[in-house]
Amino acid sequence: MTEDTKFHHGDATDVAPIVEMKDIEKHFGNIIALAGVSFDVKPGECHCLLGDNGAGKSTFIKTMSGVHKPTKGEIFFEGKPLHFDTPRDAMEAGIATVFQDLAMIPLMSVTRNFFMGREPTKGKGLLKRFDVEQANDVCMEEMRKMGINLRGPDQAVGTLSGGERQTVAIARAVYFGAKILILDEPTSALGVRQTSNVLATIDRVRSQGVGVVFISHNVRHALAVGDRFTVLNRGKTLGTAKRGEITPEELQDLMAGGQEMAELEGSLGGTV
Amino acid sequence: MSQSAQVAADERVKSEPFLTKLMKRPELGAMAGVVLVVIFFAITADESMFTLAGVMNFMTPAAQLGILAIGAALLMIGGEFDLSIGSMVAFSGLFFGVCVVTWQLPLIAAIPMTFVFAAMVGAINGNIVIRSGLPSFIVTLAFLFILRGLSLVGLKMATGGSTQLRGVRDATDNDWLAPFFSGEAFGSLFAWLAEKGAIDTFKSGAPKVPGIPVEILWFIVMALAATYVLLRTPAGNWIFASGGDKTAASNSGVPVNRVKVSLFMLTACCAALVAIITVMDAGSTDARRGFQKEFEAIIAAVIGGCLLTGGYGSAIGAFFGSIIFGMVVIGLTYTDFDQDWFQVFLGAMLLIAVLFNNAIRKRVTGER
Repeated sequence: MTEDTKFHHGDATDVAPIVEMKDIEKHFGNIIALAGVSFDVKPGECHCLLGDNGAGKSTFIKTMSGVHKPTKGEIFFEGKPLHFDTPRDAMEAGIATVFQDLAMIPLMSVTRNFFMGREPTKGKGLLKRFDVEQANDVCMEEMRKMGINLRGPDQAVGTLSGGERQTVAIARAVYFGAKILILDEPTSALGVRQTSNVLATIDRVRSQGVGVVFISHNVRHALAVGDRFTVLNRGKTLGTAKRGEITPEELQDLMAGGQEMAELEGSLGGTV
Repeated sequence: MSQSAQVAADERVKSEPFLTKLMKRPELGAMAGVVLVVIFFAITADESMFTLAGVMNFMTPAAQLGILAIGAALLMIGGEFDLSIGSMVAFSGLFFGVCVVTWQLPLIAAIPMTFVFAAMVGAINGNIVIRSGLPSFIVTLAFLFILRGLSLVGLKMATGGSTQLRGVRDATDNDWLAPFFSGEAFGSLFAWLAEKGAIDTFKSGAPKVPGIPVEILWFIVMALAATYVLLRTPAGNWIFASGGDKTAASNSGVPVNRVKVSLFMLTACCAALVAIITVMDAGSTDARRGFQKEFEAIIAAVIGGCLLTGGYGSAIGAFFGSIIFGMVVIGLTYTDFDQDWFQVFLGAMLLIAVLFNNAIRKRVTGER
């Protein structure tokens, strides 16, 4: 299961991490959402962050992408300590997040979505305008690289399938120079075929040297592309394992918090 | 479409007929509506409706509404409503009247001051909506009453008890800026055309139509400018994005709040422009100015293809929506129908437009 996937896997053990987060704590009032999480991402690897619902995955990636400020803990970006005040700061530093709700607008065309917030312009002063032709060409080209043939650049995103939308979002992030790509449950709402498309996209992005953070609660999807696996449970990291060092069953148990899951799984005949 | 796009054509996609492509334009409904209304009046109305004088006759109210409708359309595409535009017309009319009559300011000072004043009220509207997170429908409904009431109170204070402020014409008649905001443009061109016999004249030799009313020119310029902004500038993309999904837009780095507040300021300025034009035209301002214009403007925008949920629509659509509106209001007087059919027609038109837009949206987004 762990060794026979078709993907090339990054072997990034001795490379310095792009982002390193140490003992991150995040409190919301009297709720402790994160109680000491350490995590790092290296270029060209896919680091999976696994955890059950409520484990703190979303809070953690929001801290990473500048939405939340950590209550305690340090963030190093390319070796230097760094604080993000807004998501925009993180984006400009090269941390791109593909949110669960995708940050895509169904009524707008693929091109308009692709360049949303970062439109290429031509002309100066009052004549400064959205360079629609260039935007269309770039968008078609980038989408083709990702293996999606659009009907036309003016095709509305609403007409794309879930997997294709996911791919547009990833292509957009990579095009705009993301060094770290955070994917928040990219496969959770997808069918089998679309899931494999997205996993293939992750692989393609990783081979370009982008560090991918893949958040999931699906162990199979994670094992299919992941290089390293970190399990989050009740706001704490339960450790990081490299590919090949851990079995799907062990991961599953870690996510669920161990014992009870093993019993439950037994009673269900190992289907979970 | 680019060359490369055709190279990579997907064999599963049928080529799209021109008509289907046209069907996906938001302004299609309004254009079809204009054609239908023209056919209707060509059959039922007196033929003088489609003479030059008749066209100017229905284009003038269309233009006054259209300036508001274009602002309303941009705001609707940006995902918000402004129900206070009608009251804003009265309120900025009052402010303009006071500037000109009471304070005796020249237009070069009074007009910019009126726009700044309107923009401030718009900004207040917008900031309340953004900060409170309440639906703009409710917030601006409150301002519909607040501004209308303030206009009444203010007029009484300015005039010593009357709800009409007179003397605007005397104060502005000789101002060099006046021709840009009142009367007719291209007067000499029309006089020349009349001399050549190209257009109808009175017995005296003066042309029946002395020129193009300035509001029509403002209307056309604004429709073109708004369309350019929407389709060809980053700001246009931000407007669509803010209305389409504000979380997605701000996640992608669109300054959603700034876009929305600016749009509220813009609609308020559109109301101020209509106020300036109509007050100078009438020579006075009163508290009923712009009454119910907010609904008419929103209806024109909806007929023009704007979705009530935001993120979709066009300024050209609002342009045609307003023309439909003007044609029906004025056109009915050229027919034997009772003029009060107008309201029935308006309601029916709105209903049809909404149903139509809904169907179009499903096509565009591929909902099934």
